[in-house]
Amino acid sequence: MQIDSITGLSTGSLSGSVARPGIAVRAAQYPLFNFPPPPVDAVAVEERVAALAKRSIKKDAKVQGLRLAVRMMDLTTLEGKDTAGKVRGLCRKAIEPLFGDPSVGPCAAICVYPNLVPVAKEALRGSTVKIASVATAFPSGQSPLSVKLDDVRRAVELGADEIDMVIDRGAMLSGDYAKVFDEIAAVKEACGPAHLKVILETGELGSYDTVRKASEIGIAAGGDFIKTSTGKVVPAATPAVTLVMLEAIRDHFYATGRKVGMKPAGGVRTAKQALHYLVIVKETLGDAWLTPDLFRFGASALLNDVLMQLEKERTGAYAAGDDFSKD
Amino acid sequence: MTLSTTNNGADLEAANPGATDALDFGTAWTYSPAPEARDHVKIAPRQELFIGGEWRAPRSGRYFESISPSSEEKLADIAEADAADVDDAVAAARHAYEHHWRPMSGADRSKYLFRIARAIQEKARELAIVESLDGGKPIKESRDVDVPLAAAHFFYHAGWADKLRYAFQGRVAEPLGVAAQIIPWNFPLLMAAWKIAPALACGNTVVLKPAETTPLTALLLARIIEEAELPPGVVNIVTGAGETGAALAESTRSPSPEAPRSASASRRMSPARASASRWSSAARRPTSSSPTPPSTRRSRGS
Repeated sequence: MQIDSITGLSTGSLSGSVARPGIAVRAAQYPLFNFPPPPVDAVAVEERVAALAKRSIKKDAKVQGLRLAVRMMDLTTLEGKDTAGKVRGLCRKAIEPLFGDPSVGPCAAICVYPNLVPVAKEALRGSTVKIASVATAFPSGQSPLSVKLDDVRRAVELGADEIDMVIDRGAMLSGDYAKVFDEIAAVKEACGPAHLKVILETGELGSYDTVRKASEIGIAAGGDFIKTSTGKVVPAATPAVTLVMLEAIRDHFYATGRKVGMKPAGGVRTAKQALHYLVIVKETLGDAWLTPDLFRFGASALLNDVLMQLEKERTGAYAAGDDFSKD
Repeated sequence: MTLSTTNNGADLEAANPGATDALDFGTAWTYSPAPEARDHVKIAPRQELFIGGEWRAPRSGRYFESISPSSEEKLADIAEADAADVDDAVAAARHAYEHHWRPMSGADRSKYLFRIARAIQEKARELAIVESLDGGKPIKESRDVDVPLAAAHFFYHAGWADKLRYAFQGRVAEPLGVAAQIIPWNFPLLMAAWKIAPALACGNTVVLKPAETTPLTALLLARIIEEAELPPGVVNIVTGAGETGAALAESTRSPSPEAPRSASASRRMSPARASASRWSSAARRPTSSSPTPPSTRRSRGS
């Protein structure tokens, strides 16, 4: 039975987990599910990202990289205290990040809770900035699947172009990989035309091996992007975890030719970190991924630091933090 | 730059032949050149021999050039030691061995070695830049590997110097004398550390000949050793090519050469090595970092 190779579990134990009403056994439809995935050499991964961090990025390359980072940014606000006013402000900033200089930006997307999608849609009308909405009982994902799917459908109806879903980490850690897979596949179906980003929440997965495993499940189940974190758990995105996920993307590309996107989110705060991530992408996946279509930063604090560095490169002097809008 | 941390791509490729598209590592985002600044590194235009704690011109008056392989720029004139210079160095090392270094306690020797290790760390940047200039290896390698490891070796062997009595059960390690050390060009500073640190820790003194293509960091190490105020003659550095190495091997009759990379140098050395066979196996041990005893009373008695 093919599903064995997918889950690594015996047929007996699996039969219970796939017998969920309302979900087809989609896992079996994806023969390229590389499972069990290769073990990750943690020392080599950390050494590799540390080595890539040492490449100094200066002058033209720095400006080019920072401008690219702005265009790759999913400007995010995911707080209980979010207001329509804050989201409108953020949308203005996404459209023209550096006030008075339209050559910088626009950002790739705005990332908000479903309730604020209509506000963003209104504010972004006529621009190229996409609307991403978190869904599936973000950030914990601890709700019944039907609720998660409703959440997704509602967000898409409200106008979201991209859905950021969270995987069921509990199922992932308890080895119920088929459940994780089927949920992602079901959400992908519910997304319709909207792009799906699969948040692995790597800070809760515990090991690079599990991250690699979750990446492959997310990719095979139909995720257009895989994303490190919700931003609600520490540690969030790290360069090492990003490299592990990029290598899963690379191996999937080698196997199928399909290009899956990557989004580190949470914990990327400085322009220097952003350049480091870009170097990791460039050296792992090459030029094709140096585009907002395939690489995004999920961040809120990052943009101002990038703008500050860009202004410093332009004028030769550092601006004050207050020279840039906060929200 | 596609180093993989998993060995997966090949398997997938095999499972799905024809599905592979090449990744494009092109020029979409080229890094600006960021050469390591070398303004603060001063390389003296003329480098003398380090013999008996002094910088001496070669008796022959001959010098050869050391170039930067990346640009073929001349870096310095390097003294070429002949047999007479080598004899001076060996005599200085012999004197230092008998009067200073062998009688010194292991704890005191270790203090000198710690001092050298710290100085290597302090001058790490300069050493890395000179190593890359002279040998042509990437700054990443010299800065991140060679120099830190060289310091680590001195720290390591400094730790052993006062513990030799306890290191080998039932045996007492003893120094052997003057170690002739001939090292190649591929890890100039690191290899010097491998050779010098254990020899000194055990109480031997050293005459070291770096490769003629990469002598500069060994000479910087000599400056560090000078600044560390080691007794004169404990470490001597003679520069030159194969003839110098052959003279060194002849002179001490105790060669401990790292396998030279060039066949001609090897040939020049081989008669000397053959004649020194009585010494070579014992003399090689002090420069090994393996925990085998460098010399023991028992083996000497047998």
